[in-house]
Amino acid sequence: MSDNEILVEVRDLKVHFPIRRGLLFDRTVGHVKAVDGVDLSIPRGKTYGLVGESGCGKSTLGRALLQLTPPTGGEVTFDGVELTTLPAGKLRSMRRRMQMIFQDPMSSLDPRQNVESILTEGLQTHGIGADRNERRRIIGETLDAVGLPKWALSRYPHEFSGGQRQRIGIARALVLGPELIVADEPVSALDVSIQAQVVNLLDELQESLGLTYLVIAHDLAVVRHISDMVGVMYLGALVEEAPSERLYTEPLHPYTRALMSAVPVPDPDVEDRRERILLAGDLPSPASPPSGCRFHTRCPWAQPTRCADERPELRPIGESRVACHWAEQIAAGELRPHEVTATITRPEDEGEEPGVVSAPSEPGSYV
Amino acid sequence: MTITTGKKREKIDRLAELAARDDEQGVSLWKEAFRRLRRNPAAIIGVVILAVFVLVAVVGPFLVPYSPTDSIGIREGLVKSGQGIIPGASGDHWLGFDHQGRDEFSRLIVGARQTLLVGVVSTLIGLAVGALIGGVAGAAAGLGGRWGRWIDTTLMRFIDMLLAMPSLLLAVSIAALLGASLTTVMIAVGVVSVPIFARLLRGSMIAQSNSDYVLAATSLGVKRSKIALTHVVPNSIAPVIVQATLTLATAIIEAAALSFLGLGNPDSAIPEWGVMLADAQPYLGIRPGLAVYPALGIIITALGFTLLGEAMREALDPKLRK
Repeated sequence: MSDNEILVEVRDLKVHFPIRRGLLFDRTVGHVKAVDGVDLSIPRGKTYGLVGESGCGKSTLGRALLQLTPPTGGEVTFDGVELTTLPAGKLRSMRRRMQMIFQDPMSSLDPRQNVESILTEGLQTHGIGADRNERRRIIGETLDAVGLPKWALSRYPHEFSGGQRQRIGIARALVLGPELIVADEPVSALDVSIQAQVVNLLDELQESLGLTYLVIAHDLAVVRHISDMVGVMYLGALVEEAPSERLYTEPLHPYTRALMSAVPVPDPDVEDRRERILLAGDLPSPASPPSGCRFHTRCPWAQPTRCADERPELRPIGESRVACHWAEQIAAGELRPHEVTATITRPEDEGEEPGVVSAPSEPGSYV
Repeated sequence: MTITTGKKREKIDRLAELAARDDEQGVSLWKEAFRRLRRNPAAIIGVVILAVFVLVAVVGPFLVPYSPTDSIGIREGLVKSGQGIIPGASGDHWLGFDHQGRDEFSRLIVGARQTLLVGVVSTLIGLAVGALIGGVAGAAAGLGGRWGRWIDTTLMRFIDMLLAMPSLLLAVSIAALLGASLTTVMIAVGVVSVPIFARLLRGSMIAQSNSDYVLAATSLGVKRSKIALTHVVPNSIAPVIVQATLTLATAIIEAAALSFLGLGNPDSAIPEWGVMLADAQPYLGIRPGLAVYPALGIIITALGFTLLGEAMREALDPKLRK
């Protein structure tokens, strides 16, 4: 097993949700392109962080990768096995090797199950553990690993604190002995003090069990701390992918630059002087994304040529991969940012201008 | 300073002791709901009313002082309804006689059994049919796909049709169609409550199907059918049970209304509160008690079911849980 062995490979993954309307029987009037052509690969034992603002499709990508939301197109290869065409039965037994951790630990635990029943369900499904004692032993070890006491077994989810619930969620994923864990906003529902504990727990587990993570988050600091590689998503597609440190020190894509400039710096002098890039307008509707580069409607570096009519490919620049026609020129300072006036891009049939300004839907969102 | 730390330490020790003692079984949702139900005075009143009602309905008919169908009053010459003479309460006949000279108290007690029977059976009919339709639609909608959506839409449009008709009008039409009998009343009242149960279970199931723990079970590799049976249905059932309790109240009122309109049991010799109410109508001026007693019976029983149902709703509502 070499260090750079690829565990998960995603090729041109697409998830389009049909928009249905109809009085008696529904008909499809369009598609929301939640994920529209994503390529990425995750090496075994590494952590891939996925960031982007609310509604950019990062959660959908995570679910499509695990085949929890059926992809519309593209391929997902897990340890050499193509998942999108796998028969349902084989996929179910494959699920033992790839698990998920959810954002809201309360809603992701069945309120009627006690912890023992939650942890046994997966074991029974995959026939792990010969008898009850064997399963008890496995569950005991898992509880130890996530730092939950033994008496937790007979308790129900509503009797725990948020951080403990998230540990139960992690234990449920771990008990099957998976190789890949997709963590969808694993800490954003927790208090900041608890966030650190859970992030550290994930780190320790990776070290001791050799886990591979796909961590989806909107909190740039969390992703920076935990990830080896970070991908930035905008409107259903990756705009930049780079090793964690490099992305934070040398963002290449205009959108990544805007994201990074939104992270506050703990030094007040630097904080006052540093340049901030404010993006104008809202995320365009994924039902009718802008032509060409999807970011060109909000991009302070948008150029009259290419940007509006040619969709940029993800191309390597140094260690990074960037989907921008002008990345080199922007990095060299040849192009200067300019003012962008907000344009509202909505489907024609959505009627009048919205009466209220939309607020960010995720509290504490930095983006 | 030392005093405060000493006090603090004492407090922490006490808390630790409490926590250690609490080290037994976890409290499941149902147990917790039951615990909260017990603390709700409305629930206690509801349960007491219903316990008395059920007891009366079950053993009452064996203990009544007179036969509910025997016209003693006329035989003994005490009742002459044609001349407007219907004696009220007396030592021997606690609530007096009805217009046919039958002992009112005995009729009221025996009538409780009919009322309970109609209420329970019609609610069960509504619950069974409604839960079946709602369950199939909910499972189909949760399963998705072209067929799932089609089944769901078809079933729900049918339910919408039932829902669009005023409930009493629907019950009257069914009762008129099938001919007056006790079974008819039960079916009619049951059918009226079908759409409520169907919509409730379907909506609840769809909400549960979209929850994260169903997604989590899917990602564990649990089969869809097993997820539906072990996660979705058990978590969707609570509001349906609450609704069933509340429906018992309306079922009793509706059954009484049908009987009052003459669509109930044609054998008027068997006492039933709705029929008694209808019979009392011509004598309202002479002996209003004849209408008041069965009406009170209906109201108090319906109140009992409503109190219990509302208390159960509160106890089972996860938003109100501490």
